[in-house]
Amino acid sequence: MATPLALGRRPGVIPGFGLTLGFTLAYLSLIVLIPLAGLVVRAASLGWADFMAIALDPRTLAALRLSFGVSAIAALVNAVFGLVVAWVLVRYDFPGKRIIDAVVDLPFALPTAVAGIALTALYAPNGWVGQYATMLGFKIAYTPIGIFIALVFIGIPFIVRTVEPVLADLDREIEEMAATLGARRWTAVRRVVLPTLVPALLTGFALAFARAVGEYGSVIFIAGNIPYVSEIAPLLIVIRLTEFNYAAATGVATIMLIISFILLFAINLIQAWSRRRLG
Amino acid sequence: MTDIAAPAPHHAARFQPAATERPAVRVLLTVVALAFLGLFLVLPLVSVFYEALSAGFGAFVKALGGRETASAIELTLLVAAISVPANLVFGLTASWAIAKFEFRGKSLLITLIDLPFSVSPVTAGLIYVLMFGAQGYLGPLLAEHGIKVIFAVPGIVLATIFVTFPFIARELIPIMQAQGTQDEEAALSLGASGWQTFFRVTLPNVKWALLYGVLLCNARAMGEFGAVSVVSGHIRGKTNTMPLQVEILYNEYMYRAAFAVASLLALLALVTLIVKSILEWRYADEIAATRRH
Amino acid sequence: MVPLTTFRSRPIGRLVAGALFAAMASMPLVAVPAIADTTLLNVSYDPTRELYKAYDEAFSTYWKEKTGETVTVEQSHGGSGAQARAVIDGLDADVVTLALAADIDAIAARTDKLPKDWATLLPDNSTPYTSTIVFLVRKGNPKGIKDWGDLVKDGVQVITPNPKTSGGARWNYLAAWAYANETFGGDEAKIRDFVGKLYRNVPVLDSGARGSTTTFAQRGIGDVLLAWENEAYLAQNELGPDQFEIVTPSISVKAEPPVALIKGNADAKGTTAVAQAYLDYLYSDAAQKIIAHNYYRPVKPEAADPEDLKRFAALKLVTVDDPQFGGWAKVQPAHFADGAIFDQIYKPGQ
Repeated sequence: MATPLALGRRPGVIPGFGLTLGFTLAYLSLIVLIPLAGLVVRAASLGWADFMAIALDPRTLAALRLSFGVSAIAALVNAVFGLVVAWVLVRYDFPGKRIIDAVVDLPFALPTAVAGIALTALYAPNGWVGQYATMLGFKIAYTPIGIFIALVFIGIPFIVRTVEPVLADLDREIEEMAATLGARRWTAVRRVVLPTLVPALLTGFALAFARAVGEYGSVIFIAGNIPYVSEIAPLLIVIRLTEFNYAAATGVATIMLIISFILLFAINLIQAWSRRRLG
Repeated sequence: MTDIAAPAPHHAARFQPAATERPAVRVLLTVVALAFLGLFLVLPLVSVFYEALSAGFGAFVKALGGRETASAIELTLLVAAISVPANLVFGLTASWAIAKFEFRGKSLLITLIDLPFSVSPVTAGLIYVLMFGAQGYLGPLLAEHGIKVIFAVPGIVLATIFVTFPFIARELIPIMQAQGTQDEEAALSLGASGWQTFFRVTLPNVKWALLYGVLLCNARAMGEFGAVSVVSGHIRGKTNTMPLQVEILYNEYMYRAAFAVASLLALLALVTLIVKSILEWRYADEIAATRRH
Repeated sequence: MVPLTTFRSRPIGRLVAGALFAAMASMPLVAVPAIADTTLLNVSYDPTRELYKAYDEAFSTYWKEKTGETVTVEQSHGGSGAQARAVIDGLDADVVTLALAADIDAIAARTDKLPKDWATLLPDNSTPYTSTIVFLVRKGNPKGIKDWGDLVKDGVQVITPNPKTSGGARWNYLAAWAYANETFGGDEAKIRDFVGKLYRNVPVLDSGARGSTTTFAQRGIGDVLLAWENEAYLAQNELGPDQFEIVTPSISVKAEPPVALIKGNADAKGTTAVAQAYLDYLYSDAAQKIIAHNYYRPVKPEAADPEDLKRFAALKLVTVDDPQFGGWAKVQPAHFADGAIFDQIYKPGQ
């Protein structure tokens, strides 16, 4: 493990500090910080009472609950299956493994709108997969289950790609020792391997969760978009905009932004914690 | 591809039967993993190409022939051609500042660079509407000078830069941090100028991570939907990017054409994945450091 | 596991820089669009795509013959409310052709780009064509849907878009309200109950009319689609007459999608004359013929092809200016504002 903290402490030798940091801060401010500040200022100009009225509006609450709830479930399911996928990819060998490994990154590369129409075509009641669900008497597309499917899709690589390197680096000797000492395989995995993977799993979960909460393109095609039932928070922002209700749009956007910021902060904390624990 | 008996390249060398699962469990886990990926990733991808080509290749080509589709492809390429280099320059400068120097607030800066990643694309579009829209902070000023940002190419580019903002920086920062400053210091002490050091030492050291970041950034830039949708104005043949064109065709009962354009984007995704995989296979060691993050 | 990096001087930097410059240099080539003499932007709503495709062509030909000037009309389509919002935020429309007057009123109220009395500037309340709301059902009408009363029955799934975002959906809502008003003799509690029941039978509330049609026709959801008359015919034609039937209810709403010149934008671009001509020409015999052919009801039926007119069923039509509604200025806040009647009667999942 590299220890980045110890590096780079040679003021004056490497040039370009002013130029690069200056450019970084200017670009960051122009593209990200000032426009985001504009949003927050707009929301702040609403006043506390109006802001709370928007935040506590039943439809806002329903949309936020749906977005965060389904995102959490999708990220959780991804954590479980992503761990299995990472495990299989790191520990086992089978034909076509490299292709499977490459496919994991598909959600990074496939545009969300394309994923949206493809998933809708698959999971609609007359689609390849949806027809079986219909036979069993339930629907996937146009219900929160459809949202769940889309969010699982976009979240897969986050878990796999954060767990994979940690698993690959894991010292197998401890496991072997556990086996030699007579521990059953499952006990060895549970006691020895899984605890080491927890920080990576948490990071992956948080990343997948953060991405899912904001996701728009793939969800709107498959969600059905029924207020209080399958209307996600980003869609509510768009709807409030079309209703000329800028106050509500900025309000919902600001709430999501605050929660996202807290999430990011949490991810950084987890990473710092895992560095301390492992490093 | 390797078969089961052949020695596998990376991990199997260290393989000890004592610390692995029973064959039945291994098969079960493999099947679960493959079924999961198949159902959620492979099937949607296959269905895009299936729907696009189900009416035959001739119909597929014809579906792509429209003037509006051509202009959507042009616009998408243009937007990527501006936003990817912009974020490339940013990624290089930001990682240089962060990796080669120590300063207060560094971790805050890294968090802020990551911020666009967890902002909803819809919010990304909204902030530019609030900024540059006719009712926004700068709207009246821009209108006075006849400058169009929202509902024109600049707005689409800005929104795209925002959503792809961290992609390249995120790949570069960890690898540059890991590599430290010894190489640069050596070059400088041998009399190289700052720029020479950057182009001849730093850049070659991070080239694969850089390419990796550019690849992901480009894929997202060409595929962005939510943010672009908010600022586009949907003028046909003018401000519709390929993903927006997919939505329009889809809503126009032209499912074949929608899936035809979608399949082009899916093809882009496939090419991205293939190039990325080739990079990883050939330069696994050099890239390994980036993956640590 | 940091790879030990050696001092290498491969000129990859120059390569990247070169590629960058190449990308930059090639940009102007890509960026230059084919600029015609004059370009108009018509910002419209979803179901008019086919109509304006045909009309724009006819107008360009007409204008070329009349003045020798080449005019290209660009189209933007979307949910009516979303489109109005875009114009308010600065989308450079020369003309708007939206689903209902309330959306153009919103532009007039929030910008000074067109006068408040825009509706009086063209004949027939600035409405060159009208339409109505009909039912599209599956072949054979398996649920036996004949009129609005059948829509509130248990087990009937109704597809309609969200009236808060879709213009067409507001007409759907008003048509249902008009039926209930007649059935219950103006008893508002019963009317609310009826309309609320109808919306509780809606499994998918898309944000636009096109989304709803897709949900119903392509995805096979629901038993009946409430649709613009033109949209219903179009869906039937595009997706197969062997799959769907159109049912005309006993009473419906006279949907009036108006048009207006966005003078502020057109003046700035110097396109006012041609934009005005573009709207005026909608009332010409040639245009009225195109309108009827695209399943909109022309305001001058005498100009249309009688064959096209035959397709429009006769039914009782209520306008939004009917006393029970009192015009958009009253309907919009009373029914569709935040917390207004629609929000009160429609709370699914609660």
